[in-house]
Amino acid sequence: MDADALPVETADLRRHESAWRRLRRNWSVRIGATVLTLMVAVALAAPYLGTVDPTLFDAGSRDLRPGMTGQITTLDGDTLPHRFLMGSDSFGRDIYSRVIYGTRVSLSVGLLAALLALAFGIVAGLGAGYLRWLDGVLMRFMDGLMAIPGILVAIALVALWRGSLTTVVIAIAIPEIPRVTRLVRSLVLSIREEPYVEAAVSLGTPTWKIMFGHILPNTIAPLIVQGTYICASAILLESILSFLGVGLPPDIPTWGNIMAEGRVQFNEYPHNVFFPGLFLAVTVLAVNILGDGLRDTLDPKMARRL
Amino acid sequence: MYKFIARRLLATIPVLVIVAVLVFLLLRLTPGDPAAILAGDAASRDQIAQIRISLGLDKPIIVQFGIWVSHILHGDLGESFYFKIKVTDLIAQRLEPTLALATFTLVIAVLVSVPLGVIAAWRFGSWFDRALMGFSVLGFSIPVFVLAYILIYIVSLKLGWLPVQGYRRLADGFWPFLRHLILPSITLSVIYIALIARVTRASMIEALGEDYIRTARAKGLPESRVLIAHALANAAVPIVTVIGIGIALLIGGVVVTESVYAIPGLGRLTVDAVLARDFPTIQGVILFFSFVYVVVNLLIDLSYVIFDPRIRY
Repeated sequence: MDADALPVETADLRRHESAWRRLRRNWSVRIGATVLTLMVAVALAAPYLGTVDPTLFDAGSRDLRPGMTGQITTLDGDTLPHRFLMGSDSFGRDIYSRVIYGTRVSLSVGLLAALLALAFGIVAGLGAGYLRWLDGVLMRFMDGLMAIPGILVAIALVALWRGSLTTVVIAIAIPEIPRVTRLVRSLVLSIREEPYVEAAVSLGTPTWKIMFGHILPNTIAPLIVQGTYICASAILLESILSFLGVGLPPDIPTWGNIMAEGRVQFNEYPHNVFFPGLFLAVTVLAVNILGDGLRDTLDPKMARRL
Repeated sequence: MYKFIARRLLATIPVLVIVAVLVFLLLRLTPGDPAAILAGDAASRDQIAQIRISLGLDKPIIVQFGIWVSHILHGDLGESFYFKIKVTDLIAQRLEPTLALATFTLVIAVLVSVPLGVIAAWRFGSWFDRALMGFSVLGFSIPVFVLAYILIYIVSLKLGWLPVQGYRRLADGFWPFLRHLILPSITLSVIYIALIARVTRASMIEALGEDYIRTARAKGLPESRVLIAHALANAAVPIVTVIGIGIALLIGGVVVTESVYAIPGLGRLTVDAVLARDFPTIQGVILFFSFVYVVVNLLIDLSYVIFDPRIRY
């Protein structure tokens, strides 16, 4: 028995290794992952990158240009000299600190919204694909949800619930659920015809075990790809909500909030808009490039379609 | 074919019903009295009571939904407490700028992206193809408002060629109208160009691999005719489909673009309504946009019969 089991296991290992190798060879994955790792490092190391508390302000340091030196008042009332690398806003807050701390918000919203949309989409998609009685109702519901432009769903939900990290994440995730559901459902419909599922059914395996143990593991590659794209659009949508003034409260440093505040004085101080905008564009670009790379290496079927 | 049209029309009804249910539930599932939310913060007790009666809030929720839908079907979307006029009138007032912006954007996007996609497919793997694919990832990633500010900075502030923001009605003359729409439409069309160019390229690559292309070339047709009359004609269906799906992107983009360029259209209205927590207007705008999206995609599905006569339902 042992002698028979061994080759199967090594074959499996080799396949995994080659997928990993393919990933590491792919330039899109390399570039996207490097930039994102940097961004994560920036987010984690935010307090040690020469920043001050992003909510601190000083009336004497209003509207400084990038690189100018001014002062900042700490919560204890002390005044410290501070170099404003990206200038300051109309309250005298340090844009550099706000942009760096904003990385935390954007990345966590992107990740959380993607995970949430995936979780709901997986459950709904497995249900629709595997339980015939649920399929019609659930998919019609998803069609209806898809017919409402995502940004409007998010805006309306945030408006009703008032902005907080939780509500913003949920509001951004909801319009993404139908797409995940459709993907999972179509995968399930093709996988359930596979011989190993038939074998499991004929052995009397319980339905939930087939759904989560046999079918779900085979949907992972396309789901990772889809999740990456959702992450990119979630980061974008969060910044749009903040920028429009309907997202997270304005005192929380998010890239959208910094831009929303900078737009008033855009003619004189364009850097208030451009620095957070640059971080936002680079991050979203990196996530999308990573997604393209993952798609090409993990999900060749989807790659051929686009 | 008529059978297909009838079936497609019927299939639209459940989608519209679900949209209506979702928009209806949006307000009912929110903690608080729907009548008080709809009436706004400054409403008097009488006004709230009046809304409660007109919505039938004392009746079961199914009946409430029925009342609400019958109001909508009679063209009554309620009254905006912030703008103090009927929501339908409000939407009608704000329609022109949005329609103009969306039309310009669509025209620019199609005129730019389809030729780009065709050339990229024709020269598949060339530097042009790679550049276009790179641009399309960039186009997907750069946020509309960041792009808007870059364009405003260069074109309006530094070069002074176009106005920074604002809108002029068509009735005030065509040139001022056009000048105010150029930058917003270009801004908004970028993501659309990225999307359509990508699909055009993919669809064209597939079509160019077909036997009839070889036949067309073999009988000595000029390359332009092979590309347009033979390949593009056969690649049209996915391109038209993605234009329809992209309407959702366009609506989202309109909300942001109108906000940046201070255009008094429906997108701007949405944001204003949300900031004022003006729920009758929010509901009305969402219903309107969703309706437009569903109808446009319905028309596109029906147009397949024209674009691809092989499709017989």
